[in-house]
Amino acid sequence: MSRTSRLFTALALATVVLFTADLAIGSVALSPGEIWRALTGSSADRATSDIVLKIRLLKAITALLTGAALSAAGLQMQTLFRNPLAGPYVLGVSAGAGLGVALFVLGAPLSGIAAHTFVRALGMAGAAWIGSALILLLVMTVSRRIKDIMVLLILGMMLGSGIGSVVEILQYLSSEAALKSFIVWTMGSLGDVTTGQLTLLLPVVLAGLGLSVSLIKPLNLLLLGEHYARTSGLDIQRTRSLLLLSTVLLAGTITAFCGPIGFVGLAVPHLSRMLFRSADHRLLMPASMLGGAALLLLCDLVSKLLALPINTITALTGIPVVIFVVLRNRTLFR
Amino acid sequence: MSISLSHITLAYGSRILLHNASAELPPATLTALIGRNGTGKSTLLRAIAGLGSPASGDIRLCGTPLTELSSQRLATTVSWVSTEKTRIAGLTCQELVALGRAPYTDWTGRLRATDRTAVHRALETVKMADFAAKTMETLSDGECQRIMIARALAQDTPVILLDEPTAFLDLPNRYATAALLAHLAHNDGKCILFSTHDLDIALALCDSVLLLDPPHLHHLPAADLTSNDLLDRLLSDSDTIFSPAIRQFWQHKK
Repeated sequence: MSRTSRLFTALALATVVLFTADLAIGSVALSPGEIWRALTGSSADRATSDIVLKIRLLKAITALLTGAALSAAGLQMQTLFRNPLAGPYVLGVSAGAGLGVALFVLGAPLSGIAAHTFVRALGMAGAAWIGSALILLLVMTVSRRIKDIMVLLILGMMLGSGIGSVVEILQYLSSEAALKSFIVWTMGSLGDVTTGQLTLLLPVVLAGLGLSVSLIKPLNLLLLGEHYARTSGLDIQRTRSLLLLSTVLLAGTITAFCGPIGFVGLAVPHLSRMLFRSADHRLLMPASMLGGAALLLLCDLVSKLLALPINTITALTGIPVVIFVVLRNRTLFR
Repeated sequence: MSISLSHITLAYGSRILLHNASAELPPATLTALIGRNGTGKSTLLRAIAGLGSPASGDIRLCGTPLTELSSQRLATTVSWVSTEKTRIAGLTCQELVALGRAPYTDWTGRLRATDRTAVHRALETVKMADFAAKTMETLSDGECQRIMIARALAQDTPVILLDEPTAFLDLPNRYATAALLAHLAHNDGKCILFSTHDLDIALALCDSVLLLDPPHLHHLPAADLTSNDLLDRLLSDSDTIFSPAIRQFWQHKK
């Protein structure tokens, strides 16, 4: 077996093991037998079945999707912007989605819509899509004119901070109940996703991942930059639009339901590059999706064991990778 | 004609670079595009590659107007080598050259036997077959330039455009690269146009020269460059003079 297929097997195995562990471990101790019976629907105990199906399974699926989605989004942003430090969080796309969610969560009680859970879920997702798409469009427009890596990063940071201030103003103006639910959202959580939300989250994220896979060849061509890609027959306008759509579906949707989860999208593509020693998206795209899923399941396990928010764990895992990348690519930032 | 420019007007922003310029480049010729900084060498090359369009006039590639070529047809007619250094960590020379096969592969970019043969032949032509498995970041500037030329060869186009392919190279590599281009033009019948500041190379190895002298474009056999006053005009506002007898530049002290 080649090194590549061994690595893929190991990643897949790790994902399965971590997924199982995520189901098995929680605040209530359950035996493997009880979990199995709950999963197969033969459980006698209603409470056990609820814990397994409505809490643990839901959360594990959410972790899987979140890891895969943010990592795929990060990988395609790094290639599109030809910037090793690009990612949904760093370039302000998550912040844009956050602004959308803030406007919806803080404003929806006023307008009286969003009574039904699915309508509410769709509203949150829609607001996040619009918010993240606007930020991404802005960053893409600027990046076409200014090729400097640092300028783009600083712009992303400024957008993120600026949006943060706007959100704070919104919070100041809003009611206590709405404020509380928004503050909880900003902490980031995989556990707040309901079954109703998952019926929206799952197909949308799968569509986004499918789009990412369909863009593997264009992404490989974009490695050499826009001029090479266009003279190799790439329809750059179409590719940019599809990349925008895919990133919004992936990063926007995840941010809408799980809050801003940082550094996964930035770090996982680099971990995949180091592991597979390749720049080919035919390897990197599936590797990032699988690796991201495994990493987020691991982060979820750690956050459960230590009772810490998922955000802090992903930051502590991702930041060392980012620092390593910056130090190794010193020449890029001169 | 492989490249024909008829009555084109080219502008960079509001500055007119070329006005009503025409030129015809046949197959199997190596042509140097020369001109001072800022005269629009890159802009003209980009326009011929379909990366920008002239303000007016007609560009034809192998007889078909550029505007009527689909992006797919364009990619099998003209290939491009840019001036920027391309070093993608983790990308092997073979993988990079294989990207040139993009117009011929399916949506995943998977290589078939014919594609692999083309990649291998391209690497051999530029004498880099031994480097196939090496990654780009380990190459010298000269080796890197050869790989980028191999990528264009793998694209298998009758026209190749190169933007200052000799810019970052030392003297032996400059000559080696230009000699390689001359070989490709004369042996494989390619029409190759490259911009350069190396007048000595243009004179020694090229068949013809396109001289950008805004707003005019002069097209002449390389040998004629020294026998008229065009070079003097190229250097008119500087202290540098060119001595045709020994093909050397001198700094003229006033």
